[in-house]
Amino acid sequence: MAFDSFSDWLAMGRHGVYVWTAWGVSLGLLALCVLLVRSEIRTVRRDLRRRIRRAAATNGGGQG
Amino acid sequence: MWAFFHKLGSPRWFYAIASRFEPWCWALALILIVVGSVWGLVFAPADYQQGNSFRIIYVHVPAAFLGQSIYIAMAVCGFVYMVWKIRVADMAAAMMAPLGAVMTFMALLSGSVWGKPTWGTWWQWDARLTSMLILLFLYIGVMVLRATFYRLESAARAAAILTMVGVVNIPIIKYSVEWWNTLHQPASFTITERPAMPVEMWLPLLIMVVGFYAFFAAFTLTRVRSEILRREQSKRWVQDMFREKC
Repeated sequence: MAFDSFSDWLAMGRHGVYVWTAWGVSLGLLALCVLLVRSEIRTVRRDLRRRIRRAAATNGGGQG
Repeated sequence: MWAFFHKLGSPRWFYAIASRFEPWCWALALILIVVGSVWGLVFAPADYQQGNSFRIIYVHVPAAFLGQSIYIAMAVCGFVYMVWKIRVADMAAAMMAPLGAVMTFMALLSGSVWGKPTWGTWWQWDARLTSMLILLFLYIGVMVLRATFYRLESAARAAAILTMVGVVNIPIIKYSVEWWNTLHQPASFTITERPAMPVEMWLPLLIMVVGFYAFFAAFTLTRVRSEILRREQSKRWVQDMFREKC
C-alpha cells in the first residue's frame, strides 16, 4: 500500500485533481462505451423481431 | 488456412465464432482493468520525481497504444476489404472507429492533465502531441466520410482508402519523440528492452494495456455482431435465428 490513510489517497500528494480528472474521464468513457454498445444490441434485436413479426403478419401469419 | 479465412469472411460464420469468444473477452477486460486500476492507484509506489501524478500513466499509455493499434487494425481491415471484398472486414473497420477516436481523445486528455503538473503546461504544439491530434482528426474524418455515402460499397471503399492513406501518420507518431525535440518522453515500454521502471510499477501498466486490448476485442466483436444483424436482416439464417424468440 502506497498510502497511509484514505484522505491521503484522495489527496494523491497535491496531485489529486490531476490524477482523479484523468482517471475519472477515462473510466467514464469506457463505461459509456459499454452502455452504448448494450443499447445498440437491444435496438438491433428489437427492430429485427418487429420486422419478422410484421412479415409473418402480412403472410397471413400461417408460415413461420 | 485459406478455407478458414474465407469462412471467417462469411458473416454467418463470423457471427457464430464471435459469439463464442465475446463473453470471454468482456470478462477478461473487466478483470484486468479492475485489477490494474486498483494496483496502479493504490499499491504501486509513487514516482520519486513526479510523485503521484505518474499514476495517470495507467490510463494514458493503454489509451495511446489503443488509439494507434485500432487505427492500424482499421487500415488492415480496409486492405482486406479492398483486395478480397470481404464485407466483415469493412464492418469491423466501421465498428471499431468510434472506439479508436475515444481512445485517442482519452490519451490526449489524460496527457494534457498530466502535462500540467509535470511540464507546467496543458498543451504544447510539439511533434508527439500534434501527430496524436491529427490521428484524432483522421478518425473523425473517416467516420464522417463513411456517413456521407448512401451506398454501403461506396462508403466502404472511400473509408478504406482514406484509412490506408492516413496510416503514414502512425510511424510519425511513433518516431516523433526521436526525430524532433519534444517535451514528451521516449517510450516507457518497448518489446525489446526491459522497462526502466521497477516491476511493481510496470506490471500493473502491462495488465492495464492487456485489459484495454481485451476491451477493444470485446467491443469490436459485439458491435460487429450487431452490424451483421443490421446488414443481413433479410437473410434466411438471421430470421431463422430470431423466429423462435418472437
